[in-house]
Amino acid sequence: MIRKVRQHISQNEALLFEETSPGKAGYQLPELDVPSVDPQAALGAPNVRVEIEGFPEVSEVEAIRHFTRLSTWNYAIDLGLYPLGSCTMKYNPRVNEFVARLDGLAWAHPYQPESLSQGALEIIAELESALLEITGMDAITLQPAAGAHGEFTGILLVRAYLESQGNPRKKILVPDSAHGTNPATASMAGYSVQNIKSNAKGMMDVSSLARLLDEDTNNEIAALMVTNPSTLGIFEEDIAKVAEILHAKGAMLYMDGANMNALVGLTRPGDFGVDVMHLNLHKTFSTPHGGGGPGGGPVAVKKHLEPFLPIPRLKRVNEAWTFDYKFPQSIGRVRAFYGNFGVLVRALAYILAHGGNGLKNATIDALMNANYIRRKLEPYYDLPYDSPSMHEVVFSDDRQSKQGVRTGDLAKRLIDYGFHPYTVSFPTIVHGAIMIEPTETESKRELDLFIDAMISIAKEIEKDPKFVLQAPYLTRTSRVDEVTAARRPIVRWRPQRTSSQAAD
Amino acid sequence: MRYLPKSDSERKEMLAACGIETAEELYAHLPAEARLNRPLDLAPGISEYEIIDFFKARAAETADGYASFLGAGVYRHYRPVLIDTIVSRGEFLTSYTPYQAEIAQGTLTAIFEFQTMICQLTGMDVANASMYDGSTAVPEAAMMALRVTGRNRVLVSRVVHPEYRQVLTTYAKHQGMPVAEFGYDAETGQIDLKDLERKLDDDTAAVIIQSPNFFGVIENVQAAADLAHRRGALLIFVFAEAVSLGILEPPRDADIVAGELQSFAISPSFGGPYAGIIASKEKFLRQLPGRLVGETLDSNGNRAFCLTLSTREQHIRREKATSNICTNQALIALMATVFMTVYGKAGLRELATQNLSKAHYLSSKVKPRFTGPFFNEFVTTAKSAPEEINQTLLARKIIGGLPLGTHYPELADSLLLCATEMTRRADMDTLAEALK
Repeated sequence: MIRKVRQHISQNEALLFEETSPGKAGYQLPELDVPSVDPQAALGAPNVRVEIEGFPEVSEVEAIRHFTRLSTWNYAIDLGLYPLGSCTMKYNPRVNEFVARLDGLAWAHPYQPESLSQGALEIIAELESALLEITGMDAITLQPAAGAHGEFTGILLVRAYLESQGNPRKKILVPDSAHGTNPATASMAGYSVQNIKSNAKGMMDVSSLARLLDEDTNNEIAALMVTNPSTLGIFEEDIAKVAEILHAKGAMLYMDGANMNALVGLTRPGDFGVDVMHLNLHKTFSTPHGGGGPGGGPVAVKKHLEPFLPIPRLKRVNEAWTFDYKFPQSIGRVRAFYGNFGVLVRALAYILAHGGNGLKNATIDALMNANYIRRKLEPYYDLPYDSPSMHEVVFSDDRQSKQGVRTGDLAKRLIDYGFHPYTVSFPTIVHGAIMIEPTETESKRELDLFIDAMISIAKEIEKDPKFVLQAPYLTRTSRVDEVTAARRPIVRWRPQRTSSQAAD
Repeated sequence: MRYLPKSDSERKEMLAACGIETAEELYAHLPAEARLNRPLDLAPGISEYEIIDFFKARAAETADGYASFLGAGVYRHYRPVLIDTIVSRGEFLTSYTPYQAEIAQGTLTAIFEFQTMICQLTGMDVANASMYDGSTAVPEAAMMALRVTGRNRVLVSRVVHPEYRQVLTTYAKHQGMPVAEFGYDAETGQIDLKDLERKLDDDTAAVIIQSPNFFGVIENVQAAADLAHRRGALLIFVFAEAVSLGILEPPRDADIVAGELQSFAISPSFGGPYAGIIASKEKFLRQLPGRLVGETLDSNGNRAFCLTLSTREQHIRREKATSNICTNQALIALMATVFMTVYGKAGLRELATQNLSKAHYLSSKVKPRFTGPFFNEFVTTAKSAPEEINQTLLARKIIGGLPLGTHYPELADSLLLCATEMTRRADMDTLAEALK
């Protein structure tokens, strides 16, 4: 039975370009307090455009209705559980939005004098030191704009360090359960990728890793990129040993911090041998995903990698914060200015709200929620790896696919029950993966509704698999044809010529 | 804790359901050597009220209330209230990348509109759903040009934003992508076409120019495009001041456009978050990095939108992807979309004209160093050290222009000045007085 939702009115809305009528506008500029300049005279006629063809012309009222109507077609954390695995869709505290918009911070220009930027620099410094304490690392840059950007930065650091040792090496090892960004990053940093297989426990196989490094007589392996806990939600129990094996051969251990929400306050990457890692502020530290960004991807390193960090770096001189550009071994800049500062403000606000113990308690609740779901759904869904779950649990559609219903179909039916689906078909090492990460900010009631929904769908599949295959039924948009979208890409609006125009 | 929606008795109940008694058992399997056996050394959690106090104090230590003539890639434009109203809606703010199209049509439709408006603005055929910012869009565009042409080298104008060039250098270093620079004309402040012609060769994949360039000067895009195309290279057009496109001829002769949308009412916010874009000619569609939204139908035949051509992307193609980008700047792109909607066709033109008028008023009092046409920024030569002039202006609550010596030693006596629609005449008069 569907308990969380009922159908209600969903308004239609055309595209802006179809709602446009010439002469309408949603703005009013003040009278100029200087003489108006003729663009053609100032710029030369060939430099001046005639018009922005097709650009919208709507009033303020129409603009707000347009975007408000569109917004009602979205699911969001504010509407309920959003259990995308490895995405950490937790509550986004609104006070964080409020403080990021304070005038002094929101209007701060990156080139304004440092003497007038001390508050902003203090925020960066506080966040740096909090993240170092949380990760157990020695130095950090907040410049990368997102996780993948952090990975790129981190692998460049590895490369620069190894180069300074005389050999940048050739290969990055990536477990088969890794996010696609890991191999893509390695390749952007000029490395080839070698995949390594997981063992029956869903962990890296230490003996085969050791063998790989033993056989690496030419020292081609630069680093291993590992997500810990892995995308299976399983902590790599031999991680310290893995670090040892790599270090013995001069290779580095990179940790993808996508799943750091499972570790904060319990264990620190810096204490189990990680040389370099990134964090996703938009996951672990609650900054909003915003439909796909902005994010924040700080990169933390151990001492030996510090000289290579991007410039500029913050330092304290004469009781004031200042940016230091003098690091001759630095990999350079990875982004203009100092990163997504507004995201940094939000992340610090989150850390301040929780405090040290609070962060640990949040981690524990995240673990508890995932394990609660695991216990309740285990009788209904196949659990391919029975190692202990951290903050997320991965089932497979093994039982349901026997009835012809795959993880993707199940996900669509879950929408009818009022939930955003889990992550579908990832990690790829689990055939038909159902990857669930509830996060700590879900009530028991919301979790129970979700569990009920998953059980109810399992029963529907037993009874009438065909019914589930056609889902969703209750959304304003029925199943979307993604195949045709890719086959005949239409990636922008163009004016439709009516038949009478066509005849002209 | 207010963000954790459970009572202790509910926690007990849930632990019991998990078959355990204490929370510690949830992580008892962590290896002993990896355990943190002490509390994190961070202050105890504080209330909402105290958090606001803390950040208000930090905000008060920054330059609130100053007039400013800083531009240089970050521009002070008025932010219509509607923008934050829309992006603060939880449905936009707290949703994820729109993988599940049936419950993400809001985000998908808005991105489709965004892509369309970026095309209309730039004169390109296709545009992606956003990049991190302008500085990272440039190397992504360069890598795209390498894929398209099968060549290796890129040529970048010295009057492309210096920090964009630094980022390009970082990205290029390990991809076998040599980057060479070509100069500018000391009189006009525009690119030196002769230098460009000299440096172009048959391995040049792309020529990168910015307009208005870092000196605020508008480039001759067509001339640069002709030179590039004659040697089989692509022209990458970069913009950092998006409002300029309200009045300037779009770069129709370019092959790829990489830009920064901060100007579209995105808070300066000490350098970010902003939103970058990449747009191009239709034929390069499959080489675009990042997310793309496409139009399609649902099973009832209604128009619907979804992420598309994802076989270019990292989650499908892994090491063979066009880029590793995953999270982009979707919410910031939405800000820009609302901005473009509120101003619209007439408004963006009027806004651009106001910027032009303000900067030209300033230039009637402060002489531009270069003769090339400019939009809302120009370089001026100071009679004394620019840093000293700026110091005296601070006492009058004015932040002066950007001294250029750091990035252009030959212009150590010069400042880059910017005036937007928010710049007041009285402040321009004060600035002109100080520069006399």
